[in-house]
Amino acid sequence: MKKLLAGAAIGLMGLTTAAAADGHANYPDRPVMMVVSYGAGGATDFQARIVTMTAGNEDALGMPVAILNKPGAGGRVGWNWFATQADADGYTLSAYNVPHFIAQSIKGGVEYSTSSFEPIANWGADPAVFVVAADSDMNSMADVVAFAKENPGKLTFSGAGLFVGHHIAALQIEKAAGVKMAYIPTKGGGAAAMKAVIAGDVMGGVNNLSDAFRAAAAGSVKILGVADLERSEFLPDVPTMMEQGLEVDNASVNFRGIMVPKGTPQGVIDKLAETVPAMFENARVQKRMKAGGSPMHVMNRAEVQAMWAAREATLKELLAGL
Amino acid sequence: MDFLFYFGDVFTPFNFGLLILGTVFGLIFGATPGLSPTMTVALAIPFTFKLEPAAGLILLGALYTSTVAGGAVSAILLRIPGAPANIATTLDGNAMAKKGEGAKALQLSFLASLVGGLFGVFLLITLTKPLSEWALIFGPSELFWLAILGVTIIGSLDSKSLVKGLLSGCIGMWLATIGFDDMLGAQRFVFHPALGGGINIIAALIGLFAIPQVIAMFAGGRIDSAAEVIKVQKHKVTDAVKELWNRKRAAGIGTIVGSIIGLIPGVGGQIAGLVAYDQAKKFSSEKDKFGTGHSEGVIAAEAANNAMVGPSLVPLLTLSIPGSPTAAVLLGGLLIHGIFPGPDLFINHADVAWTFINSMLIGQILMCVFGIFVAGLAAKVAQVPKHVMAAIVLALAVFGSYSVQSSMSDVYVMATLGVMMYFLERFGFSAAPLVLGLILGPIAEENFAIGSMIANASDGLAPYFLTGRLNLILIAMVIASIVYSGWMEVRSRRYTSKEEIMQ
Repeated sequence: MKKLLAGAAIGLMGLTTAAAADGHANYPDRPVMMVVSYGAGGATDFQARIVTMTAGNEDALGMPVAILNKPGAGGRVGWNWFATQADADGYTLSAYNVPHFIAQSIKGGVEYSTSSFEPIANWGADPAVFVVAADSDMNSMADVVAFAKENPGKLTFSGAGLFVGHHIAALQIEKAAGVKMAYIPTKGGGAAAMKAVIAGDVMGGVNNLSDAFRAAAAGSVKILGVADLERSEFLPDVPTMMEQGLEVDNASVNFRGIMVPKGTPQGVIDKLAETVPAMFENARVQKRMKAGGSPMHVMNRAEVQAMWAAREATLKELLAGL
Repeated sequence: MDFLFYFGDVFTPFNFGLLILGTVFGLIFGATPGLSPTMTVALAIPFTFKLEPAAGLILLGALYTSTVAGGAVSAILLRIPGAPANIATTLDGNAMAKKGEGAKALQLSFLASLVGGLFGVFLLITLTKPLSEWALIFGPSELFWLAILGVTIIGSLDSKSLVKGLLSGCIGMWLATIGFDDMLGAQRFVFHPALGGGINIIAALIGLFAIPQVIAMFAGGRIDSAAEVIKVQKHKVTDAVKELWNRKRAAGIGTIVGSIIGLIPGVGGQIAGLVAYDQAKKFSSEKDKFGTGHSEGVIAAEAANNAMVGPSLVPLLTLSIPGSPTAAVLLGGLLIHGIFPGPDLFINHADVAWTFINSMLIGQILMCVFGIFVAGLAAKVAQVPKHVMAAIVLALAVFGSYSVQSSMSDVYVMATLGVMMYFLERFGFSAAPLVLGLILGPIAEENFAIGSMIANASDGLAPYFLTGRLNLILIAMVIASIVYSGWMEVRSRRYTSKEEIMQ
């Protein structure tokens, strides 16, 4: 028995050294876990489940990806756990939300920053939009700015918390228009912020394009502007903020993608960076994402690294005054 | 009456098979501590990728209805509420099981769930439009007063004295402040990374209810365990139906309270059972029996938590706003097939929408049938010797709190709160008001904070919180509730004697 065990142990050691020697060519040889820092049913969770559904295919990772939700404190709980406790062996991935985690790391009180993680690829880009209730008098961003100029600090508008994309967009709109408005951060994500707009608790709101698109289709809200560089293919008739004279760039766009902890073997990172973008491009994934009204924007590792660095610089400047 | 037209779709062999599958698994998952309805539905979403939209939603709908009811099994037999909805069920249900009436308690809970559940789904079918308006009139100020109304029942809920009830409520509200504040990102009482996410409500529930009894069982030793083996009484289903008929007032209160509260986005599901329990107690002629294994308590709580299922989907189906975490997961199940909920849902996708709703009607009936089928067997759990039982409950408590978000932090929180509760219970405090504080604290705080921000930007605090018809009605109810509790306190002189403290 002892001999058998010893033999097995030696065999296992042989296997692991072999894996390290051949540049992790066998990776992954067991199912992979992906942490989502938001609750089940949220937009990030929903999209993460779709983009990883073909992971088990031979042309992708060849192993299924299991989603693990670690929600709490606007994503801080999950990312704290991922930065400090996750094994950097490639079998624990995480979804990221930019600008959320970058803004949180600038604000402080968390155990991560952009240097704690290695990006793999980006799957989606959900711009922030400005919405008002369907029966509102305001029909363009000019109306919003005009009202805010006449009534400083009186225009109430909702968004999903502080230091998330919605808040960044709100700060940018206020800065660009040179007005003071009352940003009301709600708890419970974009849904609660949207409910406040539809019910008339607030006069307007910043929300995700994907959610606003559905609410507008249901006839509950009007979408006045998109905080992105270009118009969205979902909303070809809605002008961007820039078109309406507000200098608001794409810093608030909610980019979603996959990352691994710092210290993950380079061979694993290379393998993931090569296969994951192709997995996002899969026709079935694209079809499901489109059906769900979730805008896709696939970026490779180098592009994401550049995007993270650019975001960090913009956000440091924007949040400096807070 | 469109829904009758689509009934056929539920009864195709494949769909009906899915419905049965969903119901059976829902009951099992619901009875497993830690697997809340939201979790169960989320776990099933990947299976619906490959199904037709209607078939997928049948599976999800059946899971939702039966997990809510299945939670009663662990609440009654093991005193572990699987979800906040089942807290009130533990109060009398577990007391009944300890008396050997576990079978009766289970049968009553499933029958009451059926009554409440059917009524709730019928409301969803018939009154969708007016109900969606009702769901929207609760703004921050109204939700704040509603939470305060909930706080006023804390004192009278399952405690030896008003003061102790209020004190445990305060402990609960303090516990709720721990963690990162979601709204402003401030850290409060976070002394250890395990507390960064705050106190998870399900882990807290398991700890507060299950652990004190585990410790009590171990503390009792194994000497006397042979002496008091409980005789599990058999109970006929027909008797349970008769009992339910005799207690129709409790069933009615539960159903109505559950339906009304279930509608309010973000609040309903969690407190419907507790509010219904409290109301049933206040209107009952046998108030003193509540908490000692009284059937009205089980009936009201379970009727309420299933009555909430139908109305809780109204904001989702009509306005595309998910009113509860479970509704948010169901929204994902719809979106994956490109179906956008909203006013046109019943026009553009009538087949899917009505088949889904019909499956919830049939699911309620199946859930009741299967539930009663296992009730007699399940009740035998009470015969397990205490020391074995303690080990099983402890294992389930650890498993349940870990599985909520695969985190050991929740297990530590569960164990710490459980040990604390053991000592509190020895001094006459009770877990139910503490949990109510834990649930209502954040609702009151969040809505006051948001309301005051809106108020400061508009007309000021007093006009915002103290005017408006619904605000005034709610304030009147708060005052009435406080006066009632005070009056009952004086009348029955429920102050605590020294002997009671020592017990």
